[in-house]
Amino acid sequence: MTDRRTRLKGIRLSTALAMGLALAACGAANDRPESASSKDTSATAVAARRYARDPYPSTYHAYPGVPTVVRNVTIFDGEGARIDNGEALFADGKIVAVGQRVDAPAGATVIDGTGRYLTPGIIDIHSHLGDYPSPAVRANSDGNEATSPVTADVWAEHSVWPQDPGFGRALANGGVTTLQILPGSANLFGGRSVVLKNVYARTTQGMKFPGAPYGLKMACGENPKRVYGAKGREPSTRMGNIAVDRQTWAKARAYDRKWTKYEKEGGDPPDRDIGMDTLRGVLDGEILVHNHCYRADEMANVIDMAKEFGYHVTAFHHAVEAYKIADLLKANGVCAAVWADWYGFKMESFDGIGANLALLQNAGTCAMIHSDDENGIQRLNQEVAKVLSSARHAGIDISDATAWEWLSYNPAKALGIADRTGSLKPGKMADVVLWNGYPFSVYTRPEKVWIDGALLYDANNPKLRPVSDFELGLPGAGDVK
Amino acid sequence: MKALLLGFAALVATPVTAQTPGSPQSSTLRGGTFAITGGTVAIGDGSAPIQNGTVVFRDGRIVAAGQGIAVPAGATVIDAAGKWVAAGMVAGFSDLGLLDVNGVEESNDSAARTSPFAAAIDIAPAINPQAVMIDNERLGGITRAIVTPSSAGSIFAGQGAVIDLGADADPITRARAFQFVELGENGASDAGGSRPAAYAMLRDAFAQAQDYRRNPAGFGGREKDSLLKRGDAIALGDVLDGKTRLLVHVERASDIRSVLALKQDFPKLDLVLVGAAEGWMVARDIAAARVPVIAGALADLPAKFESLAATESNVGRMEAAGVTVALSTVGANTAPGDHVVRQYAGNLVGIAKVPGSSGLDWGHAFAAITSGPAQAIGMDGDIGSLRAGRRADVVIWDGDPLELSSAPVAVYIDGRAHPMTSRQTQLRDRYMTPSEGALPKAYEH
Repeated sequence: MTDRRTRLKGIRLSTALAMGLALAACGAANDRPESASSKDTSATAVAARRYARDPYPSTYHAYPGVPTVVRNVTIFDGEGARIDNGEALFADGKIVAVGQRVDAPAGATVIDGTGRYLTPGIIDIHSHLGDYPSPAVRANSDGNEATSPVTADVWAEHSVWPQDPGFGRALANGGVTTLQILPGSANLFGGRSVVLKNVYARTTQGMKFPGAPYGLKMACGENPKRVYGAKGREPSTRMGNIAVDRQTWAKARAYDRKWTKYEKEGGDPPDRDIGMDTLRGVLDGEILVHNHCYRADEMANVIDMAKEFGYHVTAFHHAVEAYKIADLLKANGVCAAVWADWYGFKMESFDGIGANLALLQNAGTCAMIHSDDENGIQRLNQEVAKVLSSARHAGIDISDATAWEWLSYNPAKALGIADRTGSLKPGKMADVVLWNGYPFSVYTRPEKVWIDGALLYDANNPKLRPVSDFELGLPGAGDVK
Repeated sequence: MKALLLGFAALVATPVTAQTPGSPQSSTLRGGTFAITGGTVAIGDGSAPIQNGTVVFRDGRIVAAGQGIAVPAGATVIDAAGKWVAAGMVAGFSDLGLLDVNGVEESNDSAARTSPFAAAIDIAPAINPQAVMIDNERLGGITRAIVTPSSAGSIFAGQGAVIDLGADADPITRARAFQFVELGENGASDAGGSRPAAYAMLRDAFAQAQDYRRNPAGFGGREKDSLLKRGDAIALGDVLDGKTRLLVHVERASDIRSVLALKQDFPKLDLVLVGAAEGWMVARDIAAARVPVIAGALADLPAKFESLAATESNVGRMEAAGVTVALSTVGANTAPGDHVVRQYAGNLVGIAKVPGSSGLDWGHAFAAITSGPAQAIGMDGDIGSLRAGRRADVVIWDGDPLELSSAPVAVYIDGRAHPMTSRQTQLRDRYMTPSEGALPKAYEH
């Protein structure tokens, strides 16, 4: 949930709260597999006793592309390498070769990249597009199930409106090819995230990144205690936040034990609890924890809590004070996903500094940029440029090619999809951006964007600029007027 | 900038000695003559940057800027070779000095939900020059800010001010510089739920202000249930006379037309449009009415029904139609700080080369964050550019001021150098190495 300072705009959280939508939290529907016979420990029987892990499967499919070679181009491969005057070939939706010279098949489309840069598509690990779409009217405000501090049962994908005009802007202006949609931060356990390819579809399933792990959104700090404190209930303090968290994890451990025993040994199936399914997924390492947390001391508490209950925090998001504990994050293998320079809009962001990401990199901590914002997602390359400027003005030397890791490879790793996208390595998805200049310049924009090898944005072709249903026939259609 | 510098050692500069920008020696008292030489000069009036230019200021005012400017005898010379010497940025629509932390209600003086007063509200006495953001934003290259109250309970938010961002105790450049009113979706909400109600409130308030003018003794305005307080009537009288500019926040094309039409009934109104996301659709009307616009720059999403036609090309199209346009963070996320306007301006230069988009050339983009906001509130004769006679608000940058890799190395306000440290730089320096040393971090200062 974004709760930044905005001039002349209400804070979205308050809008969401004003709605006061009713929810029967933690529904306990019994979902008893029928074919599971007791005490049968065969693999078939165990599998039959498992509830579905992917009941809303991706129907995404790659659109057609043509074998394409880009020549005379400066390449950041996303894993820290830079190739000047290089070449890249992709075909059948995959990266084929990247180097100084590559062998291109006859008939491949040849693009002259003189004066241009080629990079992996940008991956935003923290977005609310679709859940808080444009227009930001109450009827569309679907990002915070702010009716209970523990709503691990909700799934962001069930709120995503695939007609959000923001997806198209993130593609055309931002070169964003993959993004994680998270529930808001009103709740301690906000619910499940979903990872999307940034390709419009009629359904959310049609955008889902095939095989990407789910995430669990958690939140520390001011938001949960403010939201529920205002309702006169726990948590109303930071200690209340942790208390509810711990109680919930303790229940999840018990749930995990019961279900694991049942799946292995059979017997009477335990009651299903949709929220607990998600927490069990975390305890089993199938679901990754993305924890909204600003203050250094609170991140340290969460790290200990994760050890106490046997799970791992993949990344702290927003992490305004991560620079104060870069060593602690590194030692615990936790990443930080941050803004470039947001500060001072709320008490827990008072110590925000523009060098946050630079100091994290300097300490060898896993770090990345994120947007949390439908406008910021259109300029994440510029956000990194600001970080580079902060770094260099602080005497910290970080190369441009290394900085690109914050935009694609590191978020891919933190989303569990780095084996498939996030860098220009042969065999990976051809999620590629051709920039019309140096991509860390304020004057540069995407010229072409390919997703799985399909050209889905071309600055020189108005037909290759998406216009969502909502915008069709309205004066702002696709911002191409 | 009349008071003493706080927490900053101001040293009398030695005449005719070359100095490094930002060095303690280049801090000055008022009264000296200074020449910044050898840099790329960005005047801020719409002109293109000038290579190897000179900027001369004396007694806190610009004497000359450009090429072939003679260095006056006795001037302190500051070498800016390889750097840019630019007009300080003017934040076009901000809350600088009006709050410490937006989300901390106790520190936030931008809106007064339960006050009986509206148009009478004058933010000047509340401006706190020691607010943490002032230093941060000065280090981002902002030297002046147009500071506005926010509306709450009335369409009228009150009277805004123009401030400087100096590290001193005297921030006010002009108090009561304008009145701010909401007439779009926010105005509808402020007025009780509809645009017609907002216009009813506006017209009734204007009528009462006229009543007050005709017969102050007979005007109530002190009763508990009076719709307009006496102070509001006085403030709005100045608006009706055109003595006080009226900044009107609207986004929708039809709302812009309705605002421009107010001049038919209130001909002396000195209007400024704020926001105007759909301004491009009525750009000719705005230009013909000679109404300047303080715009939101990069808004390109149909964020509200009043801004369905939002486009990054809005500013470029309005400018091409002859509208005077300034950039601001109106309607935008201001968590990156108000100096984000330079990024907006740079983007408008960038999109000029994107097929189908309208942007600005460099000179006009830079003007939109310097003289543009000043012009919108009628103060471009005093601030916002390096033209002769203006206040010497000068920023020396280590590169192109619109480029993200650049940062200010020295900031002069009213001709005086101001400190280039902030709470943010102190935090950065403390945590350059995150682990504790011989003593806790609290001892590193």
